[in-house]
Amino acid sequence: MRFPVTLLIEKRTDEIPGWLPAATSIGSVIAAFVVSGVVLALIGANPLIVYQFFFKATFGSWPALSDTIVKATPLIMVGLACAVAFKMKLWNIGAEGQLYLGAFFASTVVLVPLVPPESPKWLVLTAMVVMGMIGGAIWGFIPGYLKAKFDVNEIISTLMLNYVAILWNNFWIFDRWSDAGFQMTPTFVRTAWLPRLSDYAREYRMFSGITLHLGVIFGLVAAIVVWWVLSRSRWGYEIRLIGDNPHAARYAGLNIARNVVLVMMFSGALAGLAGMSEVSGVVHRLQERISPGYGFTGIIVAWLAKLNPFAVILVAILFGALIVAGREVQPSGISQMIQGFVLFAVISSDVLLRYSIRLVRAAPVEESA
Amino acid sequence: MPDAPFAVQMENIVIRFPGVLANDHVNFTLKQGEIHALLGENGAGKSTLMSALSGLYKPTSGIIRVSGKPVSFNSPKDAIAAGIGMVHQHFMLVPTQTVTENILLGLDTPRFFMNLPAYDGKVLALQEQFGLRVDPTAKIWQLSVGEQQRVEILKTLYRGANVLIFDEPTAVLAPAEIAGFIETMRSLVAQGKSIIFISHKLQEVEAVADRITVLRKGKVTAEGFLMAGLDRAKLAQLMVGRDVVFAVKKDVQEPGGTILEVRNLQAANNKGTPALRGVDLSIRAGEILGIAGVAGNGQSELAECITGLRVCEKGSVQVDGRELANQPPIAAIQSGVSHIPEDRTRVGSAPNLTITDNVIMKHYRAAPIGNGRTIDAGQATQYAQELKRTYDILAPSVRTLARKLSGGNLQKVILSREITANPRLIVAVQPTRGLDVGAVEAIQEHLLAQRRQGTAILLISEELEELLTLSDRIAVLYDGRVMGVAEAATASVEEIGLMMMGTVQEA
Repeated sequence: MRFPVTLLIEKRTDEIPGWLPAATSIGSVIAAFVVSGVVLALIGANPLIVYQFFFKATFGSWPALSDTIVKATPLIMVGLACAVAFKMKLWNIGAEGQLYLGAFFASTVVLVPLVPPESPKWLVLTAMVVMGMIGGAIWGFIPGYLKAKFDVNEIISTLMLNYVAILWNNFWIFDRWSDAGFQMTPTFVRTAWLPRLSDYAREYRMFSGITLHLGVIFGLVAAIVVWWVLSRSRWGYEIRLIGDNPHAARYAGLNIARNVVLVMMFSGALAGLAGMSEVSGVVHRLQERISPGYGFTGIIVAWLAKLNPFAVILVAILFGALIVAGREVQPSGISQMIQGFVLFAVISSDVLLRYSIRLVRAAPVEESA
Repeated sequence: MPDAPFAVQMENIVIRFPGVLANDHVNFTLKQGEIHALLGENGAGKSTLMSALSGLYKPTSGIIRVSGKPVSFNSPKDAIAAGIGMVHQHFMLVPTQTVTENILLGLDTPRFFMNLPAYDGKVLALQEQFGLRVDPTAKIWQLSVGEQQRVEILKTLYRGANVLIFDEPTAVLAPAEIAGFIETMRSLVAQGKSIIFISHKLQEVEAVADRITVLRKGKVTAEGFLMAGLDRAKLAQLMVGRDVVFAVKKDVQEPGGTILEVRNLQAANNKGTPALRGVDLSIRAGEILGIAGVAGNGQSELAECITGLRVCEKGSVQVDGRELANQPPIAAIQSGVSHIPEDRTRVGSAPNLTITDNVIMKHYRAAPIGNGRTIDAGQATQYAQELKRTYDILAPSVRTLARKLSGGNLQKVILSREITANPRLIVAVQPTRGLDVGAVEAIQEHLLAQRRQGTAILLISEELEELLTLSDRIAVLYDGRVMGVAEAATASVEEIGLMMMGTVQEA
C-alpha cells in the first residue's frame, strides 16, 4: 500500500525570485511563534495572552520600546561584526571577547585616565569610541594574524580568546579597579556617559525614564558603513571574492593573508564598539557580565539576517525584544525557547531556497518486466 | 538491429524552465542494443532531456515509454527501477570506501551486517560478464579516473540497468583510457544493453555510434540518423547550424622580440615530488608555443610557475626581462601575463558572484572600474555588457551568477576577461577542453587574433590536432623535461607522439 500523494523535492535550477529569501525568513519567524504557542498551550497557558503580554512588554509603550532597542544596540554591532567576517568565510566566534576587550579599552580612558578627568564630554566620548574599537581590533588581530601566518583555525582561537578577555576584565574589576571590594569599578564621571533621552526629561517630559542612548546611532551608522564597504568599495569586492572562491582570488592577484588580518580587525573593532557602548551607555562602569552572551547571539543575528547589514538591525531588534520579554515573563526560559525555535525555523527554511517542494500524486505501481 | 524493438521512446517532450524552453517537442528513440549518440552544443538541451529520462525532472508535457510502456518518473529511484541508469560526468563515489561498498551504497540489501566478501564475489561476477575489471576491495581513492568510471558503470549495472546514459564520459579520461572505454561500450551492447552516449568529440561519435540525434537550441535537428553515411563536417553543421571550419586559418607571420624566457625551471607538484626538472623555453611576440605531453608530465606546474601560483625551486621566469619566479601572482598580472586556467570553476571564476563581478576580477583596481577606494558599479556593468555582446556570452543578463553558466559560456567569460587586459603573454591551459565545436572554434579564433596583435601565447593542450593547427612551434614535455621542440608546420603526429612517450629527438 503506497501513500497516494508523495512529496517531491527538487533542486532549484532557476533563479529564485528576489522576494523569496525575505518571505521565508518572515514566514519562519511566524512559524516559530506558532510552534511556541502550541508548547505554551500544552503547559496550560493561553498563548494569545502570553504574546499580547510579550508585545506590551517590548513594543507596547515608549519606555518598553526603548528598553528593547537598548538591548538590540549591542546586538546590532556584534551582528555586523560577525556578518563582515562570515562574508569572507572567516568564522569569528570571538565577538564576545572582542566586546569585552572593547569595553576594557574604552574604560581605560576614564580609569587610567587617558584624558584629564575635566576634559569636555565630546573629547572623552571620542577617545572611548576610538579606544573601544582599538581594543576589539587587537582581539581580532591576534587570531587573524595566527591564521594568516600559521593557518591556525580561527574558530578555536577566537573561541578561546573569549575566555581570556573575560578573565582579563575580571582581573581589573576584582583587583586593580575594584570599587570598595565589589566586582565593579567606580561609576564613570558623567562626561563619560553616552547621552540618553532621559537626560532631556526636564525639557521634554515625555523622555522621562527613557534610557535609549546614543549607542543605537553608532549601530545604525556602523550598518551603513558595513553596507557601503561590502557592496560599494574595492575592499568589499575583495572580501566577497575571497569568501566565494579563495583560489580564484589568489589567481586574481589578491593578498589573502593581508585581508584575513584586516577583516578580523574590522570585525573585532565593530564588536569592540559594542563593548564601549555598553559601558558608556548602559552600566557606566566596567563590571562583571557586561554582556550576557551578546557576542554569541550576534552569530545567530548575522546568520538569520543572511549577512545583510540592514537585516541585521531588524533581527537584532527581534532578539532584543526576546531578551526584554524574558525578564517580564515567568519562567524566563520561554523567551529562550522562542529564540531557539526562531533559529531552528530560519535555518530549516533554507531548504525552501535551495529546493522546490511540491505534492504529486504517486505513480501507479508498475512491475518491471 | 534496424528493426530491433525500442528500449526507450520519448515523444514530443517539452521541458520549460522559467524564461527558457529547454526542450521544444523533442522526439528521441533508443533501440534495444544500439549505441545512440546525443549531440549538441552546450546548452542545447541534451542534459535536460536526459535528466527527464533519468527521473531528475518531470517534462512539462510529452510521453516517455520504456520498453513500450508509458512511464512517469517522480525521482531517479523510479528511473532506476525501470532499468535506466545514468553515469554522470562527475563521479558520485565515496573516496574512502571500497569498490563494493560504493556499489552497495543506498541499496536495501545488505541490511545491517554487510558480509562484504560475499558481495565482492557478486561484483566480480558482474565484472566478468561485462569485462570491467576493478579490484572490488580497493578503495576509490587508490583508483585511476578510468577505473573510477568503471565503478560508476558497475553501480548502474548492479542496479539492473538495461539502458545506460553516459554524460560526456570521455571528457575526464586520458587518451589511452578512451580506447578502453570505447571497448567497454561495445561489450555492453554485445550483452544486450542499450547506450545513450552524450559527447562533443566527433571522432569518438564517428567511431562508436550506430545512430545519432542532434539537438540545437532545444529542438531536434537530426532525429535518429544512421551514423553510416554521415561525416564529421555534416555532424558539426547539424550541431552548430552552419558550416564549421575545422582548421581555423593561421596566417604566416614573422614573430617579434622575445617576451617569455624560462631558464632551468624546477618545481615540485602538490605531493612534493619533482614535477619540473629544468625546463627551458622562450616565446616571441606574435608566436604560439604549444606544449604537448601526456597529462601529469609537468604542464600544470609550468603554467602555475609562470603565473606566480606555484613556488619555483630553481631557475628563472622572465617576461620582458622582468623576473617573475616566486613573485606573488599580482606581479605576473602587472607584467601583462594573462592566464586561462585549467580549472575554470575552481580557479578561473567565483561561482556565486555575478558575471560582472567575475569579469572585473583583474580590472577592478584601475580606472575606469576602480575609482579610488570604490568600484564604479555603472562602469563595471557597462564593461560586462560590452564583453557579453562582443564575446557572445549566452546568459539572461550580466547579473547572472557564474555557476549558472554552461562550460562554454563560462570559458568565454574567462577568456574575455583575460584578453581585454591587453596581455603581453597569455598562458592558456586546456582552453577548449569539454567545449562544443562552436565554442572551440570561437576560442581558437580569439587566440589567433591575439597572435596577430603580437601577443606571445603559451598553449598547453592534450589535443594534438589543436596544437598542430594553432601553434607555431610545439614543445613536448615528458617527466618534467622538454623532450624536443618541433616546428608545427613540418611536425608529424608520429614524431610528437614518440617524444610524448619519452623518446629523445634531435632538437
